[in-house]
Amino acid sequence: MASITLDSLTKSYGQTEVLHHIQGEIQHGEFIVIVGPSGCGKSTLLRMVAGLETVTSGQVSIGDKVINDLEPADRDIAMVFQNYALYPHMSVEQNMAYGLKIRKFPKAEIKRRVEQAADILEIRDYLKRKPRQLSGGQRQRVAMGRAIVRDPQVFLFDEPLSNLDAKLRVQMRLEIRKLQRRLGVTSIYVTHDQVEAMTLGDRLMVLNGGYVEQFGTPIEVYEKPASVFVAGFIGSPSMNFISAQASKGQLTLPDGTTLASNTSANGPVTLGMRPEHLKQHGSGPIQLEVDLPEQLGATTLVHGRISGTELPITASLNGIHAASSGDVLRFDAPVEQMHIFDAQTGKRIE
Amino acid sequence: MVETRPFLTFVTHLVLILGVVMIALPIWITFVAASHDDIRMTQAPIPMLPGGFFWENFKRTLFGSGLAGNEITPVWRMLFNSLVMALAIAGGKIVISLLSAFAIVYFKFPFRMGFFWMIFLTLMLPVEVRILPTFEVVANLGLLNSYWGLSIPLIASATATFMFRQVFLTIPDEMLESARIDGAGPMRFFWDILIPLSRTNIAALFVILFIYGWNQYLWPLLITTDSDMTTIVVSIKQMLEAAEQSPQWNIIMMTAMLAMLPPIIVVIAMQKLFVQGLTETDK
Ligand SMILES: Nc1ncnc2c1ncn2[C@@H]1O[C@H](COP(=O)(O)OP(=O)(O)O)[C@@H](O)[C@H]1O
Ligand SMILES: [Mg+2]
Repeated sequence: MASITLDSLTKSYGQTEVLHHIQGEIQHGEFIVIVGPSGCGKSTLLRMVAGLETVTSGQVSIGDKVINDLEPADRDIAMVFQNYALYPHMSVEQNMAYGLKIRKFPKAEIKRRVEQAADILEIRDYLKRKPRQLSGGQRQRVAMGRAIVRDPQVFLFDEPLSNLDAKLRVQMRLEIRKLQRRLGVTSIYVTHDQVEAMTLGDRLMVLNGGYVEQFGTPIEVYEKPASVFVAGFIGSPSMNFISAQASKGQLTLPDGTTLASNTSANGPVTLGMRPEHLKQHGSGPIQLEVDLPEQLGATTLVHGRISGTELPITASLNGIHAASSGDVLRFDAPVEQMHIFDAQTGKRIE
Repeated sequence: MVETRPFLTFVTHLVLILGVVMIALPIWITFVAASHDDIRMTQAPIPMLPGGFFWENFKRTLFGSGLAGNEITPVWRMLFNSLVMALAIAGGKIVISLLSAFAIVYFKFPFRMGFFWMIFLTLMLPVEVRILPTFEVVANLGLLNSYWGLSIPLIASATATFMFRQVFLTIPDEMLESARIDGAGPMRFFWDILIPLSRTNIAALFVILFIYGWNQYLWPLLITTDSDMTTIVVSIKQMLEAAEQSPQWNIIMMTAMLAMLPPIIVVIAMQKLFVQGLTETDK
């Protein structure tokens, strides 16, 4: 069983602590996405699981075996790097076979595995080529092939799609997901792209500044973001945040608008509303003064301010809307889709 | 840049042709001189067209006793000595610098930077500067008149270490990490990944170092007293002085031509790799 346990995992470079007591349980066969902005420590965390960075304190285990001090080669993992890290002087076939050759697998077995992986990834025609004779997408496949042939307990991916163009990225994303389902190998995938995170992960670990902000399914993270950070990071366009005063279940916005809500909080809070949850309604309480409409075809994003204030707010409308700068649109804020956060700590208040 | 003005074309060609003539003329004269008999070469004016004694001079120089009346070692033996020395210097330097660059780039050990700077210091101490103490050491080790004595003191230097350090630093860290995950130990990584990736640089350095070794003059002159151990470059100079009579230019020029040959062969044979090694930056 290849479950992975991160127990109070901490990493420091000299005096600077970059990961703080990371806690997490990953089930056998689960696809976990670590997501967060650049520099938040995603790669460092992944590399600690891989054995490429030392553990400052805490424990990483695979199954019930603590692997803190094992060499990467002894951890039964395979990793796909952002720049693929293929050996440029070896053919595709040799690249994929190298790990098996070092582990002294019989020649016939190596051949069988390489061909099987090549079939799965549809790279059979390129086996004799050198990496530089391949396109970005093909190199990506070879890098995955190199991981597959080893038949490891865990796959680790560090932003494997970020060097591909947008279209290929979507296609490879689907393929990685299908492949992982098919092989059932426990996987950890690092990305800064929230769309990738939402579509790939069984669960997301949202990381910010070396802290885990939330660890849950994509739906949980979307519907019940644990903090202002998560709420703003996940979902596109980004959630609107308005500071408000709560008392007796009522929210008062800075412009004096009052909204009904079901919060039990009192005092200053941050109200979060996703643009797609604002309902246009002729007598709605929220007045949006349009600055700039963005026509995306399927939806129209209306960027503007709450009338009479400088508070930015964005609404997403279905279809094409002919709003122009200076118009005032009115919106309802459905109670069940409000997110209330503590104004000080940014944590969610239920 | 494409220029179409005929005058400029004329000038550039003139400059190029002059350059070629300046370099080629001495080589032509060497060749012509090597193809005449002894007598013709003592008469003025010196010939500008080849004579008919080339093969005879060739045989006499390479296998005979060289200069008439002088019991000197045949030239093939000196060519061989030079070859052994140049190969040992080039090979030895490359092996040692590959290993030391590998240690400095990929391993953390105490005083790493200290060693690095010590290697750096040797850059400022070419053989000519440390020639007396080096001679003393080599003499005390009993290495005079031996191939070891000829090559070892010239092997110790830092240029190649620096170059390989630079080459290794351009190889992305992921290459090492990937190899570690694949289960390659340090020496395996060195053999399977680093050496193949530095192949062109090794070739380029080999060419440069081979010529450097081949052209050594002062050091072989000092430590070889036995004429069986002299190198070809040293012997050309000796041929000029040794003759009581006027120098036998046909033999000396033939020797000079033979001395030029191996570096040319090395350059031509490794030309493609050599150019790649000096120009490619992409790993
Ligand atoms: N070798 C290192 N020495 C010092 N600081 C480092 C080192 N590697 C990474 N860091 C720091 O650790 C933090 C996390 O880095 P990283 O895990 O690469 O971020 P991410 O992958 O999320 O973009 C960054 O602030 C970075 O500056
Ligand atoms: Mg990263």
